[in-house]
Amino acid sequence: MERTKWLTLTGGIIIGLIAVVLVKLGNPPNMGFCIACFERDIAGAIGLHRAGIVQYMRPEIIGLVLGAMIIALFNGEFRSRGGSSTFLRFIMGVFMVIGALVFLGCPLRDVLRMAGGDYNAVVGLLGFIVGIVTGVYFLRRGFDLGRSEASPNQLGAFVFPAILVFFLVLLLAGTVFNPEAGGPLFFSTEGPGSMAAPVLISLGAGLLVGIIAQRTRLCLSGGIRDFILIRDNTLLLGFVGIFLGALVLNLAFGFFKPGFADQPVAHSMHIWNFLGLYLVGLTASLLGGCPLRQLILSGEGDMDAASVVIGMIVGAAICHNFMFAASPMGVGTYGQIACVVGIIFMLIVGWVYKEA
Amino acid sequence: MEKIDVSGLSCPVPVIRTKKIMDAGAQEIMVTGSSQVSKENISKLAKQQGYQLRMIKDGKNEWEMELKKG
Repeated sequence: MERTKWLTLTGGIIIGLIAVVLVKLGNPPNMGFCIACFERDIAGAIGLHRAGIVQYMRPEIIGLVLGAMIIALFNGEFRSRGGSSTFLRFIMGVFMVIGALVFLGCPLRDVLRMAGGDYNAVVGLLGFIVGIVTGVYFLRRGFDLGRSEASPNQLGAFVFPAILVFFLVLLLAGTVFNPEAGGPLFFSTEGPGSMAAPVLISLGAGLLVGIIAQRTRLCLSGGIRDFILIRDNTLLLGFVGIFLGALVLNLAFGFFKPGFADQPVAHSMHIWNFLGLYLVGLTASLLGGCPLRQLILSGEGDMDAASVVIGMIVGAAICHNFMFAASPMGVGTYGQIACVVGIIFMLIVGWVYKEA
Repeated sequence: MEKIDVSGLSCPVPVIRTKKIMDAGAQEIMVTGSSQVSKENISKLAKQQGYQLRMIKDGKNEWEMELKKG
């Protein structure tokens, strides 16, 4: 096996191990990392939604972006760029998080849930794969959102990381603007938002994973996509690594509980687990990367990717305000409608956006 | 000699465009691009499809490569 493949596999294993350590240290079960859930928690932390149980300024997300930024600055890949259907990408981010919150997890959490014995996540994986197959169909047909351009100045590349640093300062300093109502940051006192590893450990884990993911180009949709498209399994090995790393530690810590029923922060509505991650897989293929990859790209100065991330944060707030998000009770009617609308919208985008 | 510019295209569009030209039977292709990821991916594709690769220009933000069959 080539060196890059070994590195990607090893990187994946390390990420899987870190994820379970974060659960051991306080993160919600099977949620060492979840890009969608954590962006949802951040939306709650800055008061964009009112779901009291999912509000926390997750340092993992901040760390992922800053880790990718630091290593990209070192290896010369940090570059301000953007302008490829930026607003459309923002809206695609909104729909991507709707799909993820119907399933209850991004593709990364899907792998972590499988490694925790959650069979519902296997149903989700099937939907994710079929979504990517659909995306690959459009890509082969000539799908293209247009070229991005290098910016005239590097300033733009620092804006998104700077916002996250500001949030980190508020978190670390415990700043309070409004002593009566709370804020600028809100914190859950119960539910998944109240479950968290110590701040600095979460931040460090995010930084480390951000560095690994930047170097290995790790992308969960990319793994399956590249295998279908050009029979290349490099990124897929990262996927497998995360699963193995998390599985081993889950078994060691006694976290592994196989079955469909009573899985943490999960439901068993198979159709919606399938369609939720179908929407994520399709959208991620069209965007050129899964939610994790979008975070990493935003750290490298890709402002289109930063728009996707902000779209996901805003979309997560919409999910809770409009009752789209699933709960362990299942997916409500509005969430089901939103998911189907998202799929139809992505199919239209996939069909009409073609190279000139 | 076929020429293609994959600058600024999202993953995996650069690979798809290059492969399309390869599949059409091109013996010599000149590819220019802007990201390291697309450079890595096209290099991988070239190797897989039996093309010899020669970097003409190899900058962090701008690169150019010549692919030759055989």
